[in-house]
Amino acid sequence: MKIQNPLNLLNTKPKKVTALVIAVALLLILPKTGLLSPYLVRILTMISLYSMLALSLNLLTGFTGLVSIGHAGFCAVGGYTSALMWQYTGLPWVVTAIAGMIVAGIVGLMLGAPTSRLSGSYLTIATLGFGEIVKMIALNWQSFTGGPLGVNHIERPVFFGITLTTFNSGFFYLSVVLTALVTLVVYRIVHSKMGRAFMSIRDDSLAATLMGVDVTAYKLKSFIISAAIAGLGGAFYVHFVRFLDPNTFNFDISIIIISIVILGGTGSIPGSFLGAVLLISFPEILRFASEYRFIIYGLILVLMMRFKPEGILGGHSNRKLRLMKGVDTYGY
Amino acid sequence: MILQQIFDGLTLGIVYALIAVGYSLVFGVLRLVNFAHGATYAFGAHIAMVVIVSANFGLFWGFIASVIVTGLMTMLMDRIALRPLRIKKSKGISALITTIGCSYIIQNTLMIVFGSRSKWFPKIFDYGNFNVGGILVKSTQVGIIAVSVALLLALTYVVHKTKIGLAMRAVQQNSKAASLMGIDVNKVVSFTFFLGGASAAVAGTLISGYYQIVNPQMGFVAGLKAFSAAVLGGIGILHGAVFGGLVVGLAESLAAYYIGGGYRDAVAFIILIAVLIFRPNGLFGKKVIEKV
Repeated sequence: MKIQNPLNLLNTKPKKVTALVIAVALLLILPKTGLLSPYLVRILTMISLYSMLALSLNLLTGFTGLVSIGHAGFCAVGGYTSALMWQYTGLPWVVTAIAGMIVAGIVGLMLGAPTSRLSGSYLTIATLGFGEIVKMIALNWQSFTGGPLGVNHIERPVFFGITLTTFNSGFFYLSVVLTALVTLVVYRIVHSKMGRAFMSIRDDSLAATLMGVDVTAYKLKSFIISAAIAGLGGAFYVHFVRFLDPNTFNFDISIIIISIVILGGTGSIPGSFLGAVLLISFPEILRFASEYRFIIYGLILVLMMRFKPEGILGGHSNRKLRLMKGVDTYGY
Repeated sequence: MILQQIFDGLTLGIVYALIAVGYSLVFGVLRLVNFAHGATYAFGAHIAMVVIVSANFGLFWGFIASVIVTGLMTMLMDRIALRPLRIKKSKGISALITTIGCSYIIQNTLMIVFGSRSKWFPKIFDYGNFNVGGILVKSTQVGIIAVSVALLLALTYVVHKTKIGLAMRAVQQNSKAASLMGIDVNKVVSFTFFLGGASAAVAGTLISGYYQIVNPQMGFVAGLKAFSAAVLGGIGILHGAVFGGLVVGLAESLAAYYIGGGYRDAVAFIILIAVLIFRPNGLFGKKVIEKV
């Protein structure tokens, strides 16, 4: 019997896995070099978090073609699940975060199922309505969610007796590991039968149906996975800032996430990272511009749609198609 | 008491109808949900505030200035951001994202120029209150209803009885055929945006005069409610938008009374999602058959 390389089990190109592992390792060593102030570590953590959220939305918007502008609603569901579960039962973060993912995934199914018939603009507006409804439930169900006061002093995650903080860079490590896992998951999905089904729905859902793709089922899968990842992001964020109220995940957050996806590139995994790096770091670098940051996000949406709707790294590759050895095009 | 709620609800509803008509006009001509419509509404209210409160020119000139400036602003938005997309024949979703971007630009510019806090706006049509059959009728409400109904009638007249209205309806049915018949489609679209912006500006001024408050975020929720109204009536259909506006206003007022004030904004969204799920073409809409 042939012994399989464990990397082959993941069926990802070994080169790419190695690159990912090296990138993660480098990022993990970074805080230990002492070059980074806690402020920088915090920004890097936010970039990592937003990369994760952008990947989640990219799966839905970039690969499946369902534009959501209520994605913060899923973060809110994950965040509230995790925070309230901690508040009522005191379970460790790993458990509450997984619960947050599961609940967010269920909510994704609940939103996706009735709206699967909708297309284009209608779906987008429905997701917006969803985000607002989540906010209103959080605000008005005071006995359970704490209403406008929210949940305070949320416990930091503890791993092996070590409490994660910004100062020991624990949150940074955690966010990098989570983002790497999410990247691997999204990469594997995109390069599988499911991913090809997603893209066929995006490109032409009618043609996909005719080719035997169960459009509704795949749309729902996309919704569930995307929502679960967003829920994980929310569950991370609330334990990071240790505070959660109905306004934590508002419409602005949804706009930031969609701007990242659109700027970086719809349907591009590296694009989500590029978008997050650019859009999260610019208000910090250009301090004078931070007041105008939302105008700039708006401008990015308008200008990208006008000049490069597929984003910086999105769209079709310009690389020439390489044929297998021994296959010749004979001049074609 | 219930009659009072119904009357207050209808007053709100007629203003929502005015905003909803703006969505319907643009959707009818371009098949585009103009997401920036809510921000346009807030923009109109701010222009009126500048003219009425800061420049002290009075209500009439406030309306006029707000209508003209807001209408021109929406025409400009179409010219700069949306027309190039039509020329490029971009996907519909690109135009929607563009209007989302525009809405963010408008709203945050207002926030930087005027500050994000709520500002005072004078009460309009203030001639005291009447008691009609146990209902407290404020003169402000009567004024709001009168102006809204007049404007809705004027819009209906423009769309159904004038030459430009005929052109609008032609573009709505088939823009390519319309352009072959010698209709300047871009001009029609510009005019439609002007009408939409103007009606949003009037609605913004009316609502500001009713609540006596102006702030840059006012357009977000109002825009969503009016969009729900437009979808409920069947987006693209004018009388549908008016009916939808009245229903949303009424539902909101009754929900605030019976369920609690916290849920008054939620009602519109619940209506929206319910309509999208059960009858996406709205109450008056015809079923669209997808052709291959």
